[in-house]
Amino acid sequence: MNHDKPNYYAMAVSAVLALLIAFPLIWMLLMSFKTDFNAARNPLDFSLGMWTLKSYKSVFKDQAYFLYLLNSIVTAFGSTLLALALALPAAWALTFAPSAKRSGVMIWILSTKMMPAIGTLMPIFLIYNQLRLLDTQLGLVLMVAAGNLPIIIWMLFSYFKDIPFGIIEAARIDGASVPQEIFSFLLPMAAPGIASTALLSIILAWNESFWTLNLSGANAAPLTAFIASFSSPQGLFWARLSAASCLSVAPILIVGWLCQKQLVRGLTFGAVK
Amino acid sequence: MTLNSDSNSTEAMLAKQGFWMLTPAVVFLAIFSIVPLLFTIVFSLLRYRLLIPGVPKFCGLQNFIRLFADSQFIESVGHTAEIVLIVIAITVVGGFLLASLLNHEMPAKRLIRMMVISPFFIIPTVGALIWKNLLLDPASGVFAILFKHFGQTPIDTFAVMPMAMIIVIVCWQWLPFATLILLTSLQSLDMEQMEAASLDGAKSMDNLRYIILPHLMRPITIVVLMELLYLLAIFAEILVTTAGGPGSATTNLTYYIYSKALLEFNVGTASAAGLLAVVLANVVSAVMAKNIKRSVGL
Repeated sequence: MNHDKPNYYAMAVSAVLALLIAFPLIWMLLMSFKTDFNAARNPLDFSLGMWTLKSYKSVFKDQAYFLYLLNSIVTAFGSTLLALALALPAAWALTFAPSAKRSGVMIWILSTKMMPAIGTLMPIFLIYNQLRLLDTQLGLVLMVAAGNLPIIIWMLFSYFKDIPFGIIEAARIDGASVPQEIFSFLLPMAAPGIASTALLSIILAWNESFWTLNLSGANAAPLTAFIASFSSPQGLFWARLSAASCLSVAPILIVGWLCQKQLVRGLTFGAVK
Repeated sequence: MTLNSDSNSTEAMLAKQGFWMLTPAVVFLAIFSIVPLLFTIVFSLLRYRLLIPGVPKFCGLQNFIRLFADSQFIESVGHTAEIVLIVIAITVVGGFLLASLLNHEMPAKRLIRMMVISPFFIIPTVGALIWKNLLLDPASGVFAILFKHFGQTPIDTFAVMPMAMIIVIVCWQWLPFATLILLTSLQSLDMEQMEAASLDGAKSMDNLRYIILPHLMRPITIVVLMELLYLLAIFAEILVTTAGGPGSATTNLTYYIYSKALLEFNVGTASAAGLLAVVLANVVSAVMAKNIKRSVGL
């Protein structure tokens, strides 16, 4: 219950639980400043001589890291742009030019998301192989965009729904064409909603770990696959794993912290605000 | 009359424009879902193995018959259900308790919330590998060191109870999600209604039952739906920690199909199992469909 007086008992319990939940990440950060040897042999020793930037240097020295990073950026931003380009007109149609079939179309769109990716892995893999899309940035951009498109359409719809229909109608009576209606009226009014949708799409695409692991190899692999490569036993690698992990999750973690409110709204399609 | 026919033709034009604006997205989605699904259906009826030379041959329902005779397949369906049900139960109940706690006014509120929701934003392969190595490694993971410190012998948790470890990792990823959604929903609760109820002598259990839980039904439905979508398809966490093992102890349906598809290149069997996964997901979502429609106000 949200009384105005601060509740110190609640704070103490919350703080302990929050520390427990965040502990794996805090530990990862601490280990990233050790050497691989010390991360495994002396993990609890935090004396002054233990701290080093060696692991970060070694990750940066490995040229491949920047290739993975670039692939992550291309996949996340490319798929977001593509999905928005497809979703904006679709969401406009569903909100402002609805037909009798609207509810059916929307459920169909969502149902494509409910179809498990694994059900289409084999054909997608073979088709990609034929079209030479395997292990390419374009292939990943297309697949990740398709995976997020249903959620993006639904999310945009939930924002467009809240725009007063009267304004759009007034524009129509004034003789605005469809492009004018969208670019001069809808986009400016829905800009914050579109921005949160784009952010959510970037977060989902950055963390996507099914298609990025199965459709990429040496050329197009993003950070998800880079980190997965640490799962093969290669001796001491914990500090480097930690450093690479910190670098890979930091941007999305910061974005996530900054826009919690918008994320909740987006992930619940406007049902929770 | 003129006005009426005019608005009719405007409406017809609008419907036409709507159709064309919707088409690119629908076609794109169809290419990446319906078209491959049709291929999956055809493949599932073929004897088709990439590692064995020869033309794919029609074999009727043999792939399905062989699947149902394969105890690993049956087991993998059970493992999938186990992960989905346990994780949803833990994260929804835990998320509700945690959200109720965080809903109190307290110092350092923002910092505490930031820490609680962080795991949700972490790349799945990162979270899984940090748990497996830095925390749970039986030789020098942090838990092993604590165990040794208190004179206990550390357990190789991934060998003794691999499935429990997968579930722990997945709960760690999804508890923040449930907490965040339910907390946001709690904050929009009408406090005056609760205070009025208290003045009328309502006990806190009554408040919980008649005001708080009904208010949370919608967000809980959505949390369950979103988790279902993702938990049915858990993959990366298993790939980087146990690779489905030891034996097939942590092989869920997704991992089973992956191993048939990209490790054995058995297109026929993988497609048959893939098709069953699609059917399973459709059954689940058909059950949920009514609730979803109501929850998002369609």
